[in-house]
Amino acid sequence: MLVADSSAAADWRRFRKELADAEPEHRREMLRRRANQSRTTDLAMIGRAGLGHVGGDMSVLDILTTLFFAVLRVDPERPDWADRDRLVLSKGHTAGALYATLSAAGFFGAEELETFAAPYSALNGHPNRVKVPGVETNTGPLGHGLPVAVGMAVAGRLAGSARQVFVVLGDGELQEGSNWEAAMTAGHRRLSNLTAVIDRNRLQQGARTEDTSALDPLDDKWRSFGWDVVTVDGHDHLALLEAFTATRGDRPTCVIANTIKGRGVSFMEDRVEWHHKVPTAEQISTAAAELAR
Amino acid sequence: MSAVVETGAQTYDCRVAFAEELIELARADERIVAVCNDSVGSSNLGGFAKEFPDRLINVGIAEQDMVGVGAGLALSGYIPFVCAAAPFLTGRALEQIKADVAYSESPVVLCGMSPGMAYGELGPTHHSIEDLAWLRAIAGLGIVVPADPAETRAAVRWAAGARTPVFLRIGRFKVPAVTGDRPFTFGRSSCLRDGDDVTVVATGTMVSRALQAAEEAAAEGVSVRVLNMSTIAPLDEEAIRRAARETRAIVTAEEATVTGGLGAAVAAIVVSDRRPVPMRMLGVPRQFAPTGDTAMLLEHFGLTAAEIRAAAVTLARSDA
Repeated sequence: MLVADSSAAADWRRFRKELADAEPEHRREMLRRRANQSRTTDLAMIGRAGLGHVGGDMSVLDILTTLFFAVLRVDPERPDWADRDRLVLSKGHTAGALYATLSAAGFFGAEELETFAAPYSALNGHPNRVKVPGVETNTGPLGHGLPVAVGMAVAGRLAGSARQVFVVLGDGELQEGSNWEAAMTAGHRRLSNLTAVIDRNRLQQGARTEDTSALDPLDDKWRSFGWDVVTVDGHDHLALLEAFTATRGDRPTCVIANTIKGRGVSFMEDRVEWHHKVPTAEQISTAAAELAR
Repeated sequence: MSAVVETGAQTYDCRVAFAEELIELARADERIVAVCNDSVGSSNLGGFAKEFPDRLINVGIAEQDMVGVGAGLALSGYIPFVCAAAPFLTGRALEQIKADVAYSESPVVLCGMSPGMAYGELGPTHHSIEDLAWLRAIAGLGIVVPADPAETRAAVRWAAGARTPVFLRIGRFKVPAVTGDRPFTFGRSSCLRDGDDVTVVATGTMVSRALQAAEEAAAEGVSVRVLNMSTIAPLDEEAIRRAARETRAIVTAEEATVTGGLGAAVAAIVVSDRRPVPMRMLGVPRQFAPTGDTAMLLEHFGLTAAEIRAAAVTLARSDA
């Protein structure tokens, strides 16, 4: 198991405090910069490893950054704190985005990122809770995160805890039936402590979701399963923040975050081939320049 | 050291012992919860539901969700007993068992109810004879097959405190009491009858039949050792090596497919020895069962005391 980086955790605490005190527009800018730093980190990891899921990493990073840097009640130095909020990354193939985020929050040292996908590294191509603090369950095969998150939400209920459970799902993975089994359970049990965030970038590995097995009308689907649904721009940090922290009714919440696969890197945006293509050194440096703006 | 199963002895549905023990444990430990797939009746959870309504999470007919929910509860400090008919628990949710339970090291107790051919005439869709082979292939998952009510109780008690991923195969087909007061130890077999010609390694419903076979073989002058292999993974390798050293042959008997189950596991150990002994593996061959009740199907596939005895006597008398 990797161990916390106290100095990075202290920076993360300062960031969260400053963010809480900031004016809305400054908040948005702080989170935008933070997410883009993680994007640059992630691109370097993928370039070094020669593998990764760059398109989905770029699309989910504003969601993960908003959660870890503004929403989740977690403590990077106490990853097993019983009453922490839970974040389950169901789209486990975007492990690179999660690792970059966890490391920036101090769950483990940034030097570990250099081992991404290297022999015997804790940082597998898909996340492992036994090795990486901050990872709540092992994901990778699609359609696994929501049922586990439902179990965590039921546990929070039973324990009488205020902890919140968030699960981030890819849109393509909603084609797995297990999600809808779990959506029924959550709706039936009125798990208001559960929030599913859909990274709705409209592309799956091989094609557009709507050309493969259409998901729309996605909001109606979730609503009919007994969920409250809110649709936001998944790259607007303030909109995400508001959706994640809004007062809950007595139903689980689904946040449909409209995103762009490859977001932030002009030549990758909304292009299906960047699902897991590996950028060249030159492309990485072009991307880093765009992301530094 | 011998145990004899008398003809006409009382027999038991192990689900009763399972439920009684689970309720008793749940009274003392509020972390214990049950998760099921509309199987409150068939998993015998009615009493649990009545006493602990909030701690019975029935997700409906949704096995993948059921196992994932169990993992989420386990990762949050609860001790979930995830109960479903064994064919659907293992077949429908195999990837959840692999990824969410075993690989994630979630301490879930998976309870495969009515395994083997307990559902008789309902047919091969409802038989769970592949479960041992499938689950043996998954790293880190304990597999326990109790032989009678006492061992069922002991296994449930152990599993509640083990904090490790485990599968319990809880029988519905009635069996006599065979284990007496021998303690259940995870990962260890127990020798129910000593012998020095042939060893029968049996599990679950086959244990009482193996004991009867040994009794009958003794009348023919063949001394049969009977090992109750109640843990299939991790396997008691030491007892198997000792059997291969101290007796001249090994027969395995299981109400499961011979393709990858107990017999295959025992054989892998036996053949890795410098001087392997001959074996016969009794189980369900690689075919789907015809229509019939459980007793008839066990007979059909030669999973009877008579066939176990015949295999043991033949091996004892051959010069292999």
